[in-house]
Amino acid sequence: MSIPKDKITVEGLTGDAAIAHALKQADLDVLAAYPITPQTIIVEDYQRFAADGEVKAHVIPVESEHSAMSACVGASAVGGRVATASASAGLALMWEILYCAASMRMPIVFTVANRALSGPINIHNDHSDGMGMRDSGFIQLYCQSCQEAYDTTIMAFKLAERHDVLLPVMVGIDGFIVSHNVERVEMLPDDVVTKFLGVREPFISLDPDNPITMGPLALTDYYFEFKEQQDEAIMGVPKAYNEVEAEFSKLTGRKYGLFETYKTDDADIIIIAMSSMGGTAKVVAEAMREKGDKVGVIRLKMFRPFPTKEIAKALGKAKAVAVFEKAMSFGAAAHPLALEVRTALYEAQERPMIVDFVVGLGGRDVPPITFVEGIEKTKEYLKKGKAPMYETLGVRK
Amino acid sequence: MSDKPAVSIKDMLKCEPILSSGHRMCAGCGAPPLIKLMGMALRGPTIVCNNTGCLEVATTIYPYTAWKIPWIHVAFENAAAVASGAIEAINAMRAKGRYKHEHVDVIALGGDGSSFDIGFGAISGALERGHDLVYMCYDNGAYQNTGIQRSGATFQGQETTTSWGGSAIPGKLERKKPLAEIVAAHKIPYVATAEASNYRDFITKFRKALDVVGPAFIHAFSPCPRGWRSPTGDSISLSKLAVETGLHPLYEVIDGEEWIMSGPSKRAAEAGLKPVDEYFKTQGQFKHLFKPEWEDFRKRIQEQVTHDWELLKKRCGVD
Amino acid sequence: MSEKYNEIPIAGNIIEPGNSKKYKTGGWRAERPIHSDEKCLWIKNGTCGRCWIFCPDMAVILTEKDGKYAYAYNYDYCKGCGICAKECPTDSIHMEKE
Repeated sequence: MSIPKDKITVEGLTGDAAIAHALKQADLDVLAAYPITPQTIIVEDYQRFAADGEVKAHVIPVESEHSAMSACVGASAVGGRVATASASAGLALMWEILYCAASMRMPIVFTVANRALSGPINIHNDHSDGMGMRDSGFIQLYCQSCQEAYDTTIMAFKLAERHDVLLPVMVGIDGFIVSHNVERVEMLPDDVVTKFLGVREPFISLDPDNPITMGPLALTDYYFEFKEQQDEAIMGVPKAYNEVEAEFSKLTGRKYGLFETYKTDDADIIIIAMSSMGGTAKVVAEAMREKGDKVGVIRLKMFRPFPTKEIAKALGKAKAVAVFEKAMSFGAAAHPLALEVRTALYEAQERPMIVDFVVGLGGRDVPPITFVEGIEKTKEYLKKGKAPMYETLGVRK
Repeated sequence: MSDKPAVSIKDMLKCEPILSSGHRMCAGCGAPPLIKLMGMALRGPTIVCNNTGCLEVATTIYPYTAWKIPWIHVAFENAAAVASGAIEAINAMRAKGRYKHEHVDVIALGGDGSSFDIGFGAISGALERGHDLVYMCYDNGAYQNTGIQRSGATFQGQETTTSWGGSAIPGKLERKKPLAEIVAAHKIPYVATAEASNYRDFITKFRKALDVVGPAFIHAFSPCPRGWRSPTGDSISLSKLAVETGLHPLYEVIDGEEWIMSGPSKRAAEAGLKPVDEYFKTQGQFKHLFKPEWEDFRKRIQEQVTHDWELLKKRCGVD
Repeated sequence: MSEKYNEIPIAGNIIEPGNSKKYKTGGWRAERPIHSDEKCLWIKNGTCGRCWIFCPDMAVILTEKDGKYAYAYNYDYCKGCGICAKECPTDSIHMEKE
């Protein structure tokens, strides 16, 4: 039963602020974070809530991001509900511990204001930071809007803490584009979120009554089995996420799915993109349809685990798939999103042409005209029957 | 919670050991005795966060663990951060009425590698933030677990696999990083240097560290027969000799300002420091220093040790 | 060593504290300590105990029953390091080849 409108709080919030509000309502025990543009406002807002006594979490202003994720693992290990936030170089600095957090099965929520990796140093949006951690074992959810950032941050705790998941979750928003842009956000009342999330019930924790050892040395005779466990856990996440979202959706009336589809049923060309690009793509698709091109959009939310079967099914009937992605994997056969899409479609009966456009690196704007350019190129490649493995759009060359 | 730590043999025997036999530390390793003594100083329920290193690796080879209390290892350089998160989460949950234990002590452990070098930043951050925890560094003078490479704790003249005593260079040229002093400069409530042979001193200091509210730091000396090329049976006596030669003087620092020399070092001051040569002669890792071409270098090491000792005595108000 | 991935606890957690006692390190020894009661202070009046305090492997067993003190080694774990022999103030321990 949807929460009645008079109980919903509506505010104009930036993505960072929306996440801070979600964290506030999540009843954290520890928030350990180090500032890095453009994530800073998440922690600043949360600290202000703390200064006014509105949250009971202990906020640890750690001296580095590596220590931020480490402190989160320690706090999660004793049974606390914990979160952190970072971006770009900060995320890169905690890379070692991301793998630890996932393999030690700590349900940490990690909000990221996606930002380009150095060098050169750049504070603007792209997905290189998120892509850099794609093998870590984290669940990765990318959000298009401030509303989705609020919704997803809350759902992330429920998802992570499930005993059949027990994996950390990255919630990503586009740095500056979403993190610093004010959008209309509907927020649930505190008691509804409290009821939805409950108190964390650890599957296992460091407890003097039941002393266990966490993080041993596992040699060649055991390490592999723990990875098998992780693999099984992450492959069960789509089902778990759908269950969590179904429950959340009853409260909000909103649903995102593992990915959103927009006019894909009859589309000749389907754009696949993540985060705020999804919004632009939908507008472009609409405009192109008016001109007679049957364009559809898939806005992918869950990047890890990649919803292979579902994506293959959703894309199968199109003539071409135009991947628009904000990351480059230097020297790769295909860049991260296209790589997943190509692999998903490799054995499909119906295989569209796949065109990979790398755009927006270092925060280079991806306006509607860039999408139009890509679609026009895709139409040409369809005529030729051949497309390059990838190309960059919007760069001066 | 016990009121006083166990310092008599009768009381120590009654303590439930926190480390069990069957661990795979080397024969004669100086670290397990330190952990045993730590166990005798505990106040009640305790959680240990351990950096990567000899102790961590050799006591927890899956599927075996020698630890009988809750214990966590995450990475090489972050026990101080892990412990910070643990203690704050415990405090937050307790304040919300969701934590069953009235009090749990959190201890962070690291070798010299993780404490002097790679994990130094995390320690400094934890100390500055003032968490109520104890950090103990068990110092065996090098990155022993990865094959005896030099660390910031390696003594001048000490041979390691990355500071060989050769014909051109006589082992490590740089002096040992004064970690206890740097930690004391953070003005935390309690810092102490300790070692196993003076076991009552160790237990008393560790209990003091637990008792203070806020961060406490113990720099414990931990002989390593393998890396030092010393007889396995000598580890405790070498630990004692390190105190008597001034290489690992025993003292406490309260609030970063009050320096107190401990009994064993006071006695060494009265008797006069033993020459460092006596210490060097016992271990293969210093053998090269006795070659004629390094005599001056060895003398300068003694001068430096004497100089540092005089400074320490002055700080402690000892003649 | 032969357990399947779903037959062991998740995340590498070892849930049985102190189970390393299942791993007998006694086989490492090249020498073993031999104790004689004659001058031993623990046997005499339950004092000293240095060997027990310093043994890195918890392989010295000091017991007391009805006012009588007993001494034993747990040779399952003793690695023969010789610390006990070195630290004994009454020369009650000597090392013998295994």
